[in-house]
Amino acid sequence: MNRLIEYMLPPAKSTLAGETDALFAFINISSFIFIIGITLTMLYFAWRYRRKSDDDVTPVISHNNILEITWSVIPLILVIIVFSWGYSTYMKKISPPSDAYEVRVVGKSWLWEFHYDNGNVSVNELHVPENRPVKLIMSSDDVIHSFYVPDFRVKMDVLPNRYTSVWFEATEQGESTVYCTEYCGTAHSNMLATVHVHSQEDFEDWLETSGGSGEDLPPVERGEMLVQQNACMTCHSTDGSRLTGPTFQGAWGSDVPLENGETVQFDENYVRESILEPNAKVHQGFQPVMPSYAGTLDDRQIDAIIEYIKTLQ
Amino acid sequence: MATSEASTTYKKIQVRRYKPEENPEKNYLNEEKGLWAWLTTVDHKKIGLMYLASIAFFFLVGGILALILRTELWTPARSFLDADLYNQVFTLHGAIMVFFFLVPSVPTVLGNFVLPLQLGAKDVAFPRLNLASFYIYLIGALFTLTAILTGGVDTGWTFYTPYSATTGGNVIMMTLGVFILGFSSILTGVNFIVTIHKLRSPGMTWAKLPLNLWALYATSIIQILATPVLAITLLLLTMERALGIGIFDPALGGDPVLYQHFFWFYSHPAVYIMIVPGFGIISEVVSTFSKKIIFGYWAIALSSLAIAFIGFLVWGHHMFTAGQSSLANLVFSFLTFMVGIPTGIKIFNWVATMYKGSIDMKTPMVYVMIFLFLFMIGGFTGIMVGALSVDIHLHDTYYVVAHFHYVMVGGMVMAFLGGIHYWWPKMFGKMYSELWAKIAAGILFIGFNMTFLPQFIMGSQGMPRRYFNYLEQFQPFHQTSTVGAYLMGTGFLIVAIYLTYSLFKGKKAGPNPWGSRALEWQTASPPPLHNFEHIPVIINGPYDYHKPMSEFQLGVASKHNGHHAEETVDVPESAQEKA
Repeated sequence: MNRLIEYMLPPAKSTLAGETDALFAFINISSFIFIIGITLTMLYFAWRYRRKSDDDVTPVISHNNILEITWSVIPLILVIIVFSWGYSTYMKKISPPSDAYEVRVVGKSWLWEFHYDNGNVSVNELHVPENRPVKLIMSSDDVIHSFYVPDFRVKMDVLPNRYTSVWFEATEQGESTVYCTEYCGTAHSNMLATVHVHSQEDFEDWLETSGGSGEDLPPVERGEMLVQQNACMTCHSTDGSRLTGPTFQGAWGSDVPLENGETVQFDENYVRESILEPNAKVHQGFQPVMPSYAGTLDDRQIDAIIEYIKTLQ
Repeated sequence: MATSEASTTYKKIQVRRYKPEENPEKNYLNEEKGLWAWLTTVDHKKIGLMYLASIAFFFLVGGILALILRTELWTPARSFLDADLYNQVFTLHGAIMVFFFLVPSVPTVLGNFVLPLQLGAKDVAFPRLNLASFYIYLIGALFTLTAILTGGVDTGWTFYTPYSATTGGNVIMMTLGVFILGFSSILTGVNFIVTIHKLRSPGMTWAKLPLNLWALYATSIIQILATPVLAITLLLLTMERALGIGIFDPALGGDPVLYQHFFWFYSHPAVYIMIVPGFGIISEVVSTFSKKIIFGYWAIALSSLAIAFIGFLVWGHHMFTAGQSSLANLVFSFLTFMVGIPTGIKIFNWVATMYKGSIDMKTPMVYVMIFLFLFMIGGFTGIMVGALSVDIHLHDTYYVVAHFHYVMVGGMVMAFLGGIHYWWPKMFGKMYSELWAKIAAGILFIGFNMTFLPQFIMGSQGMPRRYFNYLEQFQPFHQTSTVGAYLMGTGFLIVAIYLTYSLFKGKKAGPNPWGSRALEWQTASPPPLHNFEHIPVIINGPYDYHKPMSEFQLGVASKHNGHHAEETVDVPESAQEKA
């Protein structure tokens, strides 16, 4: 039974995961006992009292107060235990320690942006230190999303009109998947991110170095890195296949047909506009669904992306 | 006992025994003929059958959509649908199954057919209104089909804002369809409540009301009180989309979580609209095939009402992660557990009814056993997702999908199938093949578990619902689930085939093939146009298997017919008699 429950759950990698799993196991085991017990009783009755003749006479047993009170009170006690247990862990899950490290999270269709205290921004990658409470303060730029990390047993909806928060303390270095669990449209199932749990020193290193975002790299390589970091490839392929948005391959210099019948040259200005104001000129046959990167990418970074797209012929 | 009898006034009625006719020449199916007679009929039995046809059609559509989804999910990436189409298909699967199958099915088909028969009435209280609600249902369905053909809808059956306010497609048409459908539901509810209050035959006190009718009564109350809230919510949503009035969309100054509150205020009670009538069927079937008085009549009857009432106060458990206050979560979690208690009591009562019975494992009883097993799993996993800390992990994963399907398909659909097999001989006077029926039940049971058990596991492991793509680690579960879905599809196909076959080649059923004491079995099969050739008089409860059959076949003696021996019975006049 324990092995089965372990198999059912993802690895427990946060301080509160164990407590959640204990209740999961308790409910599973007690339910299992009830279900097996009742099912066997039912099958036994069906066999033991099977009809022998159409003239069978059955006794009149209309009710039994003691029995009925017993089978009302025992489940009542059990559910009150489950309720209190669930509530107490839940209170811990929503009460972050005051010294928690804060990260701003922005959900947009269909990516996750993480803003750190030194101004660093990472897209679809959350970097956190191990053994330190981390509090995420979250909001959405468009529809409702939900931030879910199974390994940490945390989930919270991300709303467009207010801030919500979630906290966890990762106990193991490594990677865990973040899912969007509130249906948000076409690429909902691609709105994934990865949590990277580092040791405290590695985390500080990461904060310092990766914020530089490869300024010393050649523009094409920097552009490629940015395209990956910013999750452009969730919707834009680089190999010509059709995703939510048009592919980058062979796009440079082409004439882009727009919804209103006009065409526009795929040049520096079009790329820049499409990054900062994506829905101004939408490629024919695609939905106006791309979020704006204004404030996320600066001009030099956009330059680098342009250089990278030029190479995708 | 003596005091309660003293407070009851009795009326003497001349009765005689009416044995149901074995070979009636005329019945409701052949008395009025032709398409026009069907389309304009006010006979509750024919309306029930017309609902049966419509509901079977929508179940077929919803089922095919489910198979399309499961086929697409065979591989982690795209198989043959693109993401937008997949999203439309899962939306339609949910919307059609919930609004056009689950909500109306038992009340409109079995309720319509059986309710007046069980009361000993000629029809429901408002037969024309009954026909009107059928046509309202059809108009609602027409709107929805139009929405599907003109752009589709990709919001999920929950229509969550602000996504539903901003996405493309024909959301307005779809919500209007559901809005119109709501009126059908309300009118049926009103009709049933009035019928149960006013048209009980002489002697049928509240304590002798079949449990099926208590369940339908509780359901009707929910239908009347909850459906208007859905109607208002959908209307507000339509206003927002069409006129740009900001109610739920934050871009217009609205609050998206408000929408969720409104929506679940209806849609949680709605799951009780779906399942409570199923409870009614189970009570009837378990007593008939155990040939034994039902255990805990009042416990079962009142727990239906308790579920109906508490069911209104638990909607917030759909929103534990939506950002509502922790106090709200505390209250909703607690009340959710409280609704589990009356449900548990029912299960114990049904099993206790089998104790020392004379159990005949005919197909309806097989479905009762399947129901009890699957519904228990659905119920206990409901405890799981009602526990706050665990729900934070499981919310919006396949665990919830599996839980919901265990309750709705494992519970409600199995109960519905049980009911169909139980009343089929009454409806058409024909027997289906017992062997094929059991084979199909077995296939459905295996197919169902194969489809949804793996979903519990992948949900616990973190597989979110409504995902077009998924991580490769979940593929074995998805594939098992897909195979199970096809198995289930096969099972339903077999059911459709042998039931249709029985209409033409089935053996004659006779008025009471199961030896039941319930009133609907004391008339011919199929019943005459006005149900009984006499006014039934009730002196025993519907589950009094220890009393002779003759006491269940009494009717008001008519003056002109002196062939039969007449006797006099005391029939309580007030409805307050204590059993």
